[in-house]
Amino acid sequence: MSDREAVAHLLRRATFGPTADEVDAAERAGPAATLDRVLAASRADRGAAATPIPALPPDPYAELTKDSTREQRQQANAERRKQLQQVTEWWLDRMVAAEDGPTEKLLFFWHGHWATSAQKVKSARLMVGQLETLRRHGRGPLGPLVAAMVRDPALIVWLDGQKNTRKAPNENLARELMELFTLGIGAYSEADVKAGARALTGWVVDRRTGAARFEARRHDPGEKSILGHSGRFDAEAYAGLLAAQPAAATFVAGRLWFRYAGTDTPAPDGLAGADTIATLRAIFSAPAFAQTRGTLVKQPVEWLVGALRQLGIRPSALPEQQRRQLLTGLNALDQVPLRPPSVGGWPAGAAWLTTSSLQARLRTAGVLAAATAPAVLARLAAAPTAGRPDALARVLVVDGWGPRTRAALAPLADEPRKLLAAGLVSPEYTVS
Amino acid sequence: MDTLTRRRFLLTSGVIGAGALAAGAGAYSLRDLLDTTGDRDPQSRTLVLVTLYGGNDGLNTVIPDGDPAYRAARPELAYPDGEVRRLDDGFGLNPALAGLHQRWSGGGLAIVRGVGYPKPDRSHFRSMDIWHTAQPDRPGNTGWLGRWLDRAGGDPRLAVSFEPALPPLLAGAQSAGAAMPVTDRKAAKGLPAETLGAFAAAEAGESAARRRAAACFADLRSVDEMIRQVRDSADPDTADPDGEQAPATATGGARTPLDAQLDLVAQCVEAGVSTRVFSVSLGGFDTHADELQLQAVLLGQLDRALTGFADRMSRTEAGRKVVVAVYSEFGRRVRANASDGTDHGTASDVLLLGAGVRGGWHGAPPSLTDLDDGDLKYTTDFRDVYATLLERVLDTDPGPILADWRGRVDKLF
Repeated sequence: MSDREAVAHLLRRATFGPTADEVDAAERAGPAATLDRVLAASRADRGAAATPIPALPPDPYAELTKDSTREQRQQANAERRKQLQQVTEWWLDRMVAAEDGPTEKLLFFWHGHWATSAQKVKSARLMVGQLETLRRHGRGPLGPLVAAMVRDPALIVWLDGQKNTRKAPNENLARELMELFTLGIGAYSEADVKAGARALTGWVVDRRTGAARFEARRHDPGEKSILGHSGRFDAEAYAGLLAAQPAAATFVAGRLWFRYAGTDTPAPDGLAGADTIATLRAIFSAPAFAQTRGTLVKQPVEWLVGALRQLGIRPSALPEQQRRQLLTGLNALDQVPLRPPSVGGWPAGAAWLTTSSLQARLRTAGVLAAATAPAVLARLAAAPTAGRPDALARVLVVDGWGPRTRAALAPLADEPRKLLAAGLVSPEYTVS
Repeated sequence: MDTLTRRRFLLTSGVIGAGALAAGAGAYSLRDLLDTTGDRDPQSRTLVLVTLYGGNDGLNTVIPDGDPAYRAARPELAYPDGEVRRLDDGFGLNPALAGLHQRWSGGGLAIVRGVGYPKPDRSHFRSMDIWHTAQPDRPGNTGWLGRWLDRAGGDPRLAVSFEPALPPLLAGAQSAGAAMPVTDRKAAKGLPAETLGAFAAAEAGESAARRRAAACFADLRSVDEMIRQVRDSADPDTADPDGEQAPATATGGARTPLDAQLDLVAQCVEAGVSTRVFSVSLGGFDTHADELQLQAVLLGQLDRALTGFADRMSRTEAGRKVVVAVYSEFGRRVRANASDGTDHGTASDVLLLGAGVRGGWHGAPPSLTDLDDGDLKYTTDFRDVYATLLERVLDTDPGPILADWRGRVDKLF
């Protein structure tokens, strides 16, 4: 692998998709410096600053009472849906606009890991609040992240935490916390689930303020035995216990590998570091990581956001109809941010490669090609006809086309928008 | 479940492994399926499993309108006496189920009441996982029909879904059913057919994922062709539902995705393909609010799709060997909620029609007053139904597939 290929591979995985200019800069800096830069703490980011979280009015549900009419409820529901739509569009725009790609991509990883859906949570404020928590703790060690998440209002609502009381424990959150978020299946027993649920009792979400609150009378303060440790565990102590398990570090490192390196190559041993950034460094530095080039199926959001960045399209600058088409495309591809299909998160690998997803990609690629910035089109057109597929590879940061794709692209060389659309659906672009 | 389509369930990573998906999903085209024509024992039956995603309200599907507790529990949501399609003194069908009601009168519709499982889970995902896996204690990562497929030799074409992704119920330990999605009936526009054809070519030395990405172009082509064939052979009077006749209720007369799925099933059955199990689905039943209208629209779609399919099946020898079973992951609360809807419940009805199905009532109706935390207590374990289907439709010993489950629904066939 040349240096350019190495940094392009790293940036394709660590971000939603680099632009050709970003790869140029990374190539000049070299692989080592590029890795440092990818993992460096957030710097001033003009793109993020230009896309602040939208100021949301209070949750319209907070105004409802038992006496509210059906119309009022419907209106509140409609308003909630509108807020969620606004936040989803904002996030998509932020992913595209941010200069610090690795930070945004890591946030999306954690969102899929602690997969919480607006489908049930319904409150835009709660969803945004969870993203902020993931952003705050996502780079650091597991302990503070888990401790914050067991008190995250969106997660509590999503997994019925508020129905979990000392009188009637609800195991939903405790189970998924161990199975999906920290330890992985098999690293705990059913008794641990029951005891864990008791530790988590007492946390409720105030519908009016959207804040999580501890109600002592709902909490079970008794002695619990979890994972071989006994004590009067509460949520924080339980979270600390989980985060400190060696199984947790290994499990989370495996999940990071799964998303950043792919599903084909098993995670090498010893990836788990003291915090997420250390683990990511181990992943990106592993010899096996380099070998995963060309094997990772892009998730639909990765595919779309990368394309938007490379084609110079800002979703917020598009007419409403085209903006809608992008979200429709994500919906057809089965990956809408803030709406993971279940607490298990989104699928990976070949699951994204079906004939129906291809149809959706074809349609969305058409929308993207139509909205492509004139400067990008000019860059393609500037190349001699025979060189346009290569110019396209540069724009889309593909290492190169194989003979099959070359044969598909060559007849389109005189039609830059069709050429772009074809590039976006090519196997080389879809699988990075 | 406004935006939660059935597809979202299909991707639950808890049940289905990426390996199984890679083995089955989209890897087969309809042409592969049609190539199996003639491979089957002509006496064997075919199971068409219809999954209603979202939790269909069983009490407003098969309505216990003879029970005063029904109206007492859901005053706004109960159908008035005169509107229900009468089954007997105690029960009637939802007004939208005209076709099924006719079938009942002819003895062709079986209704198993109160189907559920112990310790009901009210999460859509978990409960659907339970129905998919037939493992209520802890849903594993194989589906009940996937395990059947494992034992039947593992050829994906034996168990087919016309859905965008493979439903977990078709994921086996060593094998997986084939997913052949029917999304838009229109071919993708924008890029010339030659481009799409060129992308379909395999390339030496490519990763498995890129190979799959290229294969999708080939699959797309054959799916498109097949769908065009199905359209072309459709009755002229049903072929254009979106014409001037389209009724004011947006979804009223239009062909639904369930129609389209069952069309393809019918086509395959008539062609005599080797497939023994088809999985189809209809979503949107999560009627927490404003239920009456919403459910009626959905049940209307279901009714038209099922009766159209059943009528068509009755016209051929192969079609007369088809059994259809309809279920949802749970029913809904007995009592209506404050938004004219119902919340997640428990036991509900399983409907069956087709080859050898004995019409009428099966299982005991759950009490509307002796409840489990506001929900019906199940009277028939869903594994009884599965075991009966395995035994009587798929000619298989259910033991190894259902952890030696002994229960059956007596006299269902």
